[in-house]
Amino acid sequence: MGSGRVSEKFISRSDKVAARMLGDEMMVMSVVDSTLFSLNETASLIWNAADGATPLSEIVEREIVAKFDVSAADAYRDALALAEELARHGILRIADRPRAAKR
Amino acid sequence: MSSLVEEMNAKAIALGVPIAAHLDLTYRCNERCVHCYLDHDDRGEMNHGEIRRLLEQMADAGVFMLALSGGEPLLREDFFPIVRRARQLQFNVKVKTNATLIEKREAAALCELGVANVQVSVYSHRAEVHDAITRVPGSFRRTIDAIRRLAAQGLKVTIADVLMRQNRLDYPGVQALARELGASFAIDPTITPHLNGDRSLLELNIARADLQAVMRDETIGGVAPQSCPPPSRAGAAEAVEVPCSAGHSFCYVSPTGDVYPCVQFPLLSGNVRSQSFLDIWRNSPELKEVRSIRERDLRVCSRCVHASGCSRCPGLAFMEGDMRGPSSADCEKSYARTGIAGAGMPDAANSGTAA
Repeated sequence: MGSGRVSEKFISRSDKVAARMLGDEMMVMSVVDSTLFSLNETASLIWNAADGATPLSEIVEREIVAKFDVSAADAYRDALALAEELARHGILRIADRPRAAKR
Repeated sequence: MSSLVEEMNAKAIALGVPIAAHLDLTYRCNERCVHCYLDHDDRGEMNHGEIRRLLEQMADAGVFMLALSGGEPLLREDFFPIVRRARQLQFNVKVKTNATLIEKREAAALCELGVANVQVSVYSHRAEVHDAITRVPGSFRRTIDAIRRLAAQGLKVTIADVLMRQNRLDYPGVQALARELGASFAIDPTITPHLNGDRSLLELNIARADLQAVMRDETIGGVAPQSCPPPSRAGAAEAVEVPCSAGHSFCYVSPTGDVYPCVQFPLLSGNVRSQSFLDIWRNSPELKEVRSIRERDLRVCSRCVHASGCSRCPGLAFMEGDMRGPSSADCEKSYARTGIAGAGMPDAANSGTAA
């Protein structure tokens, strides 16, 4: 993973969301259309690490592969699918280049 | 309400998390509405640093849905820095305002900050009626102009119409105005007593026949939810037993830092100037008492025919002297909706049911 990947992805949370942990889930609400999402434990880890500056592959390695019994390839595939789903709803952005992390 | 929202509320109650809160930033106001339950003196409202600390404590405690209100919240010079901090802390922020201070720059700022909803009070589609209620000439025009500015920014606006004797016939006009402005419309037929205990404001309540007309008007799709709507009765077992979310997953903080179960439930439960928000939330004897009440403990309401469908407000019941008792305003609403007198309405029962 990481340097061997042809096209690295960088994910960042939209400014137009609200989010809060509730138990072991992350509740995310779009302030644009009030759509509410519930992210499970692993999805929450990815959400929290989505700073726009860290490559998705590094996030997966650090937050998922290091903590759960899952292969890097499977974890990356699932993480990318999650990111694409959230991006379709406008609450996450996917880019090919890093951007400065928001304070 | 989506099922996921219902699940979130039920989970918050089960976990004891204050998922929603109402924070009045000030009681000062530039209007003097005839039905207002507040006085408008500054009795030592929290300064900016105190508000910031409170917001951080609320976020840590799990507050997700945050209503910022007043008084008129935009009278605070630090209103926008407060909203900015709230959004940095990832709250879903709703602002309740009369909008008279919202020019183009303020509307743009609310949009840029990601405010989810702006609720604006409009009492009539007729300027003279609205202005007579706010007791500020020209307020109708300023409010409507501001709603247009907010809508132009793409912000979601809800027009809230409190019904009273002065405007009881105007709600269809306000509803049409809301449609024209691209705003949602919510109606509230309940006038609440003044927080100082004065119940004379209740004389402004609309008559029973008018309430019946409102409650049965299908064009408005029901009345607006209270600040602390009851949780879903479907789903989690905890939600079935809890009469209202006040004190269970919702609370109110006043401009001076007093904590209450709800904005219309004046049971003082602590103050964030002397205790942390979470300490109050978890350990206040008053909140624990509120949480101990189950539907079976409601002496009158538990045997009422409307028990399963009533929006009984424990705060209004508390203001009538017994948080386990009926709330006469909600008895009236159940009666108006169904024509059947409930257990808390012996006068209606004696006079027969309504047509």
